[in-house]
Amino acid sequence: MSLASLAVQLLNGLASASSLFLISAGLTLIFGVTRIVNFAHGSFFMLGAYVAYSAGTMFGAYAGSASGFFAAALVAAVGIGVLGALIEVLVLKRLYPAPELLQLTATFGIVLIVRDVALALWGPEDRLGPRVAGLSGVVEVFGRAVPQYDLFLLVVGPLVLVLLTLLIERTRFGIVVRAAAENRVLTAALGIDERTLFTVVFALGSFLAGLAGALTLPREPANLGMDLGVIADAFVVTVLGGLGSVPGAFVAAVIIGVTKALCIAAGTVSVGPITIAFPKLTLVIEFVVMALVLLVRPTGLLGRPAIVAATTQVAAERALVERPGSRSALVATVLFVLALLLPLAGDAYLLVLATDVLVAALFTASLQLIVARGGLISFGHAAYFGLGAYAAALATTHAWPFPLAFLLAPLVAALAALAFAGLAVRMSGIYLAMLTLAFAQILWSVAVQWDALTGGSNGLIGVWPPDWLAQRTHYYLFVLAVVAVALAALAIVAFTPFGYALRGARDSALRAASSGIDVRARRIEGLAIAAAFAGVAGALFAYSKGGVAPDALSIPRSVDVLVMMLLGGQNALFGPLLGATAFTWLADLLARVTEYWRACVGVAILLIVSVFPNGIGGTFRLTRLRPTSR
Amino acid sequence: MARRIAILLALLLAAPVALAQTIRLGELNEYKQFPAFLDPYRKGMELAVDEINAAGGVLGRKIEVVSRDDNGVPGDAVRVAEELLTRERVALLMGTYASNMGLAVADLAKRRHVLFIAAEPLTDKLVWQDGNKYTFRLRASTYMQTAMLVPEAVKLRKKRWAIVYPNYEYGQAATATFKQQMQAQQGGDLEFVEQAVPLGKIEPGPVVQALIDAKPDAIFSSLFGPDLARFVREGELRGLFKDRPVFNLLAGEPEYLDPLKAEAPIGWYVTGYPWYAIETPEHKRFLAAYEGKFHDYPRLGSVVGYSTVKSAAAAIARAGSTDTEKLVAAMEGLTFETPFGSVTYRKIDHQSTMGAYVGRTAVRDGKGVMVDWHYANGKDYLPPDDVVRKLRPAD
Repeated sequence: MSLASLAVQLLNGLASASSLFLISAGLTLIFGVTRIVNFAHGSFFMLGAYVAYSAGTMFGAYAGSASGFFAAALVAAVGIGVLGALIEVLVLKRLYPAPELLQLTATFGIVLIVRDVALALWGPEDRLGPRVAGLSGVVEVFGRAVPQYDLFLLVVGPLVLVLLTLLIERTRFGIVVRAAAENRVLTAALGIDERTLFTVVFALGSFLAGLAGALTLPREPANLGMDLGVIADAFVVTVLGGLGSVPGAFVAAVIIGVTKALCIAAGTVSVGPITIAFPKLTLVIEFVVMALVLLVRPTGLLGRPAIVAATTQVAAERALVERPGSRSALVATVLFVLALLLPLAGDAYLLVLATDVLVAALFTASLQLIVARGGLISFGHAAYFGLGAYAAALATTHAWPFPLAFLLAPLVAALAALAFAGLAVRMSGIYLAMLTLAFAQILWSVAVQWDALTGGSNGLIGVWPPDWLAQRTHYYLFVLAVVAVALAALAIVAFTPFGYALRGARDSALRAASSGIDVRARRIEGLAIAAAFAGVAGALFAYSKGGVAPDALSIPRSVDVLVMMLLGGQNALFGPLLGATAFTWLADLLARVTEYWRACVGVAILLIVSVFPNGIGGTFRLTRLRPTSR
Repeated sequence: MARRIAILLALLLAAPVALAQTIRLGELNEYKQFPAFLDPYRKGMELAVDEINAAGGVLGRKIEVVSRDDNGVPGDAVRVAEELLTRERVALLMGTYASNMGLAVADLAKRRHVLFIAAEPLTDKLVWQDGNKYTFRLRASTYMQTAMLVPEAVKLRKKRWAIVYPNYEYGQAATATFKQQMQAQQGGDLEFVEQAVPLGKIEPGPVVQALIDAKPDAIFSSLFGPDLARFVREGELRGLFKDRPVFNLLAGEPEYLDPLKAEAPIGWYVTGYPWYAIETPEHKRFLAAYEGKFHDYPRLGSVVGYSTVKSAAAAIARAGSTDTEKLVAAMEGLTFETPFGSVTYRKIDHQSTMGAYVGRTAVRDGKGVMVDWHYANGKDYLPPDDVVRKLRPAD
């Protein structure tokens, strides 16, 4: 590679970075002020591209009018900004008093709806963007052609950075935004109307997402995969830069964009016996970079640790973990007996569905242990589920006996959790959550790439339970037995001394530590236990499906389990069971009824979180909750 | 009026009887993951069902396709397949698009002893390494389509090839087959430089620049969808394709070529489907029927959906029953009609001989088209039988 080509590749990387920054700037603004983990940001980006396509057609952007294109981009950005404001007012506003993270579930519902709406409005075919008149040619740089539009993006990114920085540093609005990002409670106490501020910030963030989508259109056709394609990258940039920091997002975008370009430029490199195909790393490189940075700087490049009040309302609410009592034991027994009788219904599919629900419930309950009891948010819990599934599947394909293969799953998952926790446990909050996401994503890419061991993107097949469990009924009863024991164990663990220590550390790590609790050790143990149970769920899953593919480790699976936990109620005893049942059953039912089942699931999720902000199980509590230590 | 009422009554009375006798075909697919292909595919199935039922059905019974969205997740595919088998009591399973989905359902078919006709998944493993007694595949595989392009590539006698592919099974297999076939047919000191791109997330600027810097004599690509569109636009702008022949699997399929409109590449060697130019009677009939019903032109997905249903109906007719073992026996060596002509499911590996159209791309009236094309019959692009036997485990 010559110096000239290296320079041009840097330029390419910077152009990608510019576009990445535009997407991430809005996300980081929204998070910084409202603390909403906005999964719908990618959907707004996609809608921006589609609206710009339609508006562009109307304004003559396709007939060579540059002003037509820019007018279309403006329409798209403003339109998406208004849409964002509407969603904030109509949906999210109702959820601010709810436990944190619930808004995440709502934004996930919006993702599902937007995708189907886009399919209904614009159809399945990709929509190619216009070539922008005046920017459609190339400029020669070091003897190589560089598109003018790339250079235009190179200007737009920094321009938006400057404008946003001026807005935040130099205006009254900016002062309020910064204050709210620093300490929401205090800002509200100073008489600043938090509600209007949130709406405006959400609208501004959505405006930027729409603008990013519109400006991407000349480089990428509007298509239905844009939303999920971009959201993970946007999160990575946001976290890498430090949450809420716009300049941080810019620096992070540059790092990611340039790193990717360099990987592609490096090509396949052989050093002695080792050959590395660098372009293949683009599958995961942004997550590797983020993980490395977070290990050194736990709050990202330019992020500052958030000031957390010693006792927040959320913490007080969290202390009210529903305690298993005689009445809940009775309910559990009744449910178990009903489940035992299910095979008598004579509907074989009911058993298949119930098996899925039970596996999902166990997976959800394992997440509940670390998130709700341990206070450690995880966006990558699928890592342990997938590891368990792969461990059991690999052992089975290598002819291990079933009991050994099955036991390998929790073991591998727990060991992986110990390794991960050793690195990550001094982190907390959203940064930790993103590190778990990176960990899961790195495992995912290993599963995709390591063809010889994992079967690559196809995964492993032929993983069925032994003959004595081959019948659907037998396997269902086996799953029921395992899950019942596991759920009972997880419900009780919160009320053992270990569970109290874990919860104490969650509510105030400082106080817990000063009363002699080894916070770090308890958290590591908590993570390992949760991972082991997730691994069991993964193994049960693999045997019920006859195999495993990389999706078992993927981001959507991590998100699904989070949604199930929140739907069910994160403090509710029967929350995991309720959440898993609602989510699995709804998807199964609606997929059969309508082509637009995703949108229907999305609407159902919005309804559930609006009506039951504490989750389904949090509303119908069996016992009146009292603080457990008063 | 009385007559009308009588007919209506007769219909009402007959309806449950007819329903009870309907043969149900279970179908599942990644409708929400790959709508550009699968929306036309669904229409193709509808047309086939209409035609079969209008002609009196199969074995004197109407057929019905019970369709499910499998969400693009193998685990979900297994669940909906179980639902189709247990609740809907379907006679057989068919469908799927992605390789991992096809393999997961194939394995379930083997487990549950039910016929599975994989419509679209291209992975070679489906009929070879992981092939099983109950699974058949309609579409020309990655191997076959790559093999269709190789003879054209060999003619050019190019030495240094740049290969760009989506980084998963399909792209990896296409790349491996291309390299292996080129070595076998052209030999000599071939050189390959590779760029693997994450599916749906190509960084077109750096990729195109890296390919230019590698100074290849020719390019082989297996990109499709949005990745292809971005690659084409960026490559044209930066001059990657100037004086370099380009080969691209699937790029002639309307699903992927049409979105490019006037910017469709010119002179690329592709596999695809020139629906506007095929003059065979079987295709003209299909085209007229399709356009008549949907007021839209067919995509390749339409042909795949249509032919899958036709092959299932032919198998049931030949078996004279919906019993799985008889169906499997009927499928082996089954010859049936498709818009591409007669096609046979080979007994040796359960791969159909459906071919693909191979040609060059051009732009006419602001639209991408295929020119200088010919139909490559699938049976001519499969390895010799002894090689196939080595690849495929015995049932």
